[in-house]
Amino acid sequence: MIKVLDRIQAGEVLLSDGAMGTELQKRGLPTGACPEEFNVTHAEIVQSIYRDYYRAGSDIIETNTFGGTRSRLAIHGKENEVYRFNRRGAELAREVCPPGRFVAGSMGPTGEILEPLGTLSVAKAYDYFAEQAEALAEGGVDIIYVETMMAIEEAEIAVKAVKEKTGLPVVGSMTFNLTDGGVRTSMGVDAATMVGRLTAVGADLLGANCGTGVEVVLAAIEEMQPLSPLPFLAQPNAGIPQMTDHLIVYPETPQSFEQKIEQVLQFRIGILGGCCGTGPEHIIRLRTLLNKHHPVG
Amino acid sequence: MMNEKLKLLAICIERGKVDSQTSYPPDMQGQSGASELTRELLDEDVDPNDILAKALMVGMQRIGDKFGNGQAFIPDLLIAAKAMYAAMAHLKPYFDSGAARHKGTIILGTVAGDLHDIGKNLVRMVMEGDGWKVIDLGTNVSAEKFVDSVRSNPGSMVGLSALLTTTMLNMGPITQKVKELNAETKVFVGGAPLSQQFCDKIGADGYFPDPQSLVRHLNTKPN
Repeated sequence: MIKVLDRIQAGEVLLSDGAMGTELQKRGLPTGACPEEFNVTHAEIVQSIYRDYYRAGSDIIETNTFGGTRSRLAIHGKENEVYRFNRRGAELAREVCPPGRFVAGSMGPTGEILEPLGTLSVAKAYDYFAEQAEALAEGGVDIIYVETMMAIEEAEIAVKAVKEKTGLPVVGSMTFNLTDGGVRTSMGVDAATMVGRLTAVGADLLGANCGTGVEVVLAAIEEMQPLSPLPFLAQPNAGIPQMTDHLIVYPETPQSFEQKIEQVLQFRIGILGGCCGTGPEHIIRLRTLLNKHHPVG
Repeated sequence: MMNEKLKLLAICIERGKVDSQTSYPPDMQGQSGASELTRELLDEDVDPNDILAKALMVGMQRIGDKFGNGQAFIPDLLIAAKAMYAAMAHLKPYFDSGAARHKGTIILGTVAGDLHDIGKNLVRMVMEGDGWKVIDLGTNVSAEKFVDSVRSNPGSMVGLSALLTTTMLNMGPITQKVKELNAETKVFVGGAPLSQQFCDKIGADGYFPDPQSLVRHLNTKPN
């Protein structure tokens, strides 16, 4: 079977998935509950989301393990479930993954701030990410997305831990804001710093995900491309949410999202998808778009 | 001389120079920091209210404005707050004795269902640096807890934080319950997915995209 990285490196744009958290809540996850726990308590719900994204046309779906580090699970009193929640999250995806498609292990931030500004030590952060990466690898993921990172040191440690402990392909993706001085994460990381430091620790793809919409992801990749020969991951949010009567609505409809994301395809994209506010309908649109740009056969 | 020292203290706060021992920022190594300068000013009988208003607040406002403009980032605000707290430790006895006074009180918390605290903590730091008393209820705070706190701290304002689109919805009912207890209580909201449109919709009194713009609003508008 052709591996995920081979296909990307051959110039293919693989389609990833949309949001997980909001889909889980639509299907019964109570507000404030631990999403990763659903991998063991409500496997059928988690699997139904995976399946819907594959059906919508995703080449890669992400495991329900974004908050699966020990530090995030500890908030729910589940710090001793790292192995079980992450491994099961990956296995559930593997079970429904059609031939020729892939499973990506999702790894988000620890939610803590590194020393000296915060209290998290480098060694501890490394252990958190290593533990999660190993469980995801055992569950059978093909690639790992280190995503929604805002601190460069934390992103670096996570990419390094994945590489050293699993040897799997890894995406290093951060969340940017637009400023007068170019894109910056909320911790102040610019595109050049990110490209330099995540490449040095062995990231196979660099990326921009989440944020205020397609525009900021587009700007980030535009800044990164001249600085690196690596392919990019682009997974923007569907804009800034609006409030209707007791309902949160993202402004980017599947149609408008598709139109905006077409601009992203002028860059060296390896993985395309959506983040908060995107669902299977957005992915169906992106599938059509990609087929148009890269006709099959 | 005193004015020079207050100016220097403001710079120490803005740049995050905690005390003479700290190596950050590199170009201020070996110099006195916020801690020493505050001590010296108090020893010279400078009014603690002046130290707060003419140095601490000035420094925090400068860094808070830069943060709001995208010219400074979370680490800059955290290190400035460290310097501010180092100075504040010397002022605490004067607040406790009543010789120095807070501008008012705000009850802060991340709303029910949401466990993210970094944004809320940044608001706390900037508000304390601007001379407000902050009652921090932590994360995952229920409407009942907010209401109880408003009841035991009459005249306080309320600040609600949320990071998730799913938990921001809980701001509506919390705002409502706080207003039911006392319609005059101001409720301010903030967090990454929020907007003025959302704030208006839930009947809150203000949305601010960064901590300094909340402080600016409070300082220009008498409660």
